[in-house]
Amino acid sequence: MPPTWRSPLRGPWLTSVLGLVLLVTLPVVTLTGLLSYVAYGPDLGQARPDDVGLLHLPFFDWPTRPSWLYRLNQGTHVVLGLVLIPVVLAKLWSVIPRLFVFPPVRSVAHALERITLLMLVGGALFEIATGVLNIQYDYVFGFSFYTAHYYGAWVFIAGFVSHVALKLPAALRTIRSRSEADEDPEGEPGLVATDPAPATMSRRGALALVGGGSALMFVLTAGQTIGGPARRLALLLPRGRDLGDGPNDFPVNRTAEAAGIDAATTEQAWRLSLSGGAAAVELDRAALLEMEQHTAVLPIACVEGWSTTQSWTGVRLRDLAARAGVARPSSALVTSLEESGTFNQAALHGGQVLDPDSLLALKVNGAELSLDHGFPARVIVPALPGVLNTKWVRSISFEVD
Amino acid sequence: MRSLVTRLRELYGAGPTHLLLMLAVLLLAGYAVLVLGLDELFDPDSWWQSIAVWFVGAAIAHDLLLFPAYAFGDRLLTARRTSHRPVRTLNHVRVPLLATGLTFLVFFPGILQQGSDAHLRASGLTQEPYLERWLLLSAAFFAVSGLVYAVRHVRHVRQVTPPKNRSGQESDAEPVG
Repeated sequence: MPPTWRSPLRGPWLTSVLGLVLLVTLPVVTLTGLLSYVAYGPDLGQARPDDVGLLHLPFFDWPTRPSWLYRLNQGTHVVLGLVLIPVVLAKLWSVIPRLFVFPPVRSVAHALERITLLMLVGGALFEIATGVLNIQYDYVFGFSFYTAHYYGAWVFIAGFVSHVALKLPAALRTIRSRSEADEDPEGEPGLVATDPAPATMSRRGALALVGGGSALMFVLTAGQTIGGPARRLALLLPRGRDLGDGPNDFPVNRTAEAAGIDAATTEQAWRLSLSGGAAAVELDRAALLEMEQHTAVLPIACVEGWSTTQSWTGVRLRDLAARAGVARPSSALVTSLEESGTFNQAALHGGQVLDPDSLLALKVNGAELSLDHGFPARVIVPALPGVLNTKWVRSISFEVD
Repeated sequence: MRSLVTRLRELYGAGPTHLLLMLAVLLLAGYAVLVLGLDELFDPDSWWQSIAVWFVGAAIAHDLLLFPAYAFGDRLLTARRTSHRPVRTLNHVRVPLLATGLTFLVFFPGILQQGSDAHLRASGLTQEPYLERWLLLSAAFFAVSGLVYAVRHVRHVRQVTPPKNRSGQESDAEPVG
């Protein structure tokens, strides 16, 4: 026996309103996700997953301006994704009677439609689940987050496109009619309760409840990206913590200990190797400090949606290229002292090397970099995904096409 | 031509546009699975850590666990007779309960200290504060809701009670009649 649905709130109006909200917002989450893939530099062979066939936006050199571009992109992707969780759950609640329709399959068309609905619902929930776990470092899923989240998105996109194409006309009709009439459209039974329980809140009250849930999610997550006093509001997330007032007291993405950095290798014996020119150049930290120093206030933004803006001081990457004897590099490969990490090296395209604010930073907020922040030297490039701003730099190899 | 479409409708259950759309999106999804690689879908060594299992599992977990759990919980709440109260308490319990549930659903890894090692490696911090913060936050949800209830209750009592029966001076009381 199918369950009896009693809520007087369910009906085409509520479902249409929630559907239209998601119609506008989910493509933003999807698009920022696909843009982030491009930001990692698939042309440089360092996007993850590395070969995605035709499943990507057109590749382009990720710009360095505005410097907050990646911060905005990822902040939007993660915060909006989290803010939409109550809306997605409400939307699923509003249509759940359809899951249990009888007979479960009316025709071949209906069977195919139900498969695409699994792509849509499974896709949305899969993306939410993997995303939510990933930003909190709970890797219980075991598989590669990047791979799963990327391909999961494409299955979701397929389900989303089909659902919008099939349902948008009816949703618009429902909204335009401006009525909250308790009537299922013809041929689409199942939403309106035949024997409803007494109302305990109005439909608009229910929408306010969903909106309140979204607002709560915003307040509890946006501080990770916005920073400043708002950071403390991200009470339950790793980048909402108060780390102190010192020059190096801002969030890290990977500690020196986790990266296996032996402090001894960063001290007196450390040399920066530059290659790509006629002869390799080795510079110690004193030599780097003797070069022209440049200070830039730049955000560093993680794929996980948190970011922090600091004042970085160091040598321009283009000055280092010149020092290596490469005037116009088309790319550079930065390698870390870190031996095993997935991101122990990063490639930069020519525009990223030559930007006047792209630095090999030696200091932050006027003080020496701490070991956790990449002492003796780290890369900071405007609008570059955080993890590609290599810490504990060992060498930079400049290349010309 | 017309008869072909009619026959398709009989056999398939919808028009040709529907069929084309279904084929297109199934091809896209199929292509995504193909590029991912079929062997990536399922991990025979640890079946429950497979992408396919999580994908379908996410839908099942919502439809057959999360939804029934909260729907049942809500029926328990609504079954309690509160209608004799002047201001209904139901939503004053329901809303903070939902807020507590939502924050747990999203932030449980920190609250339950899942992935402590990775959290420490990434941030240099332990997950120790989250449980207490979540409990305090939940307490705040209920406290605020209770406060709103109290205000509504007092207002209601004032509205239904004629001004002369109240103790003290009430200058803003509306004239009766």
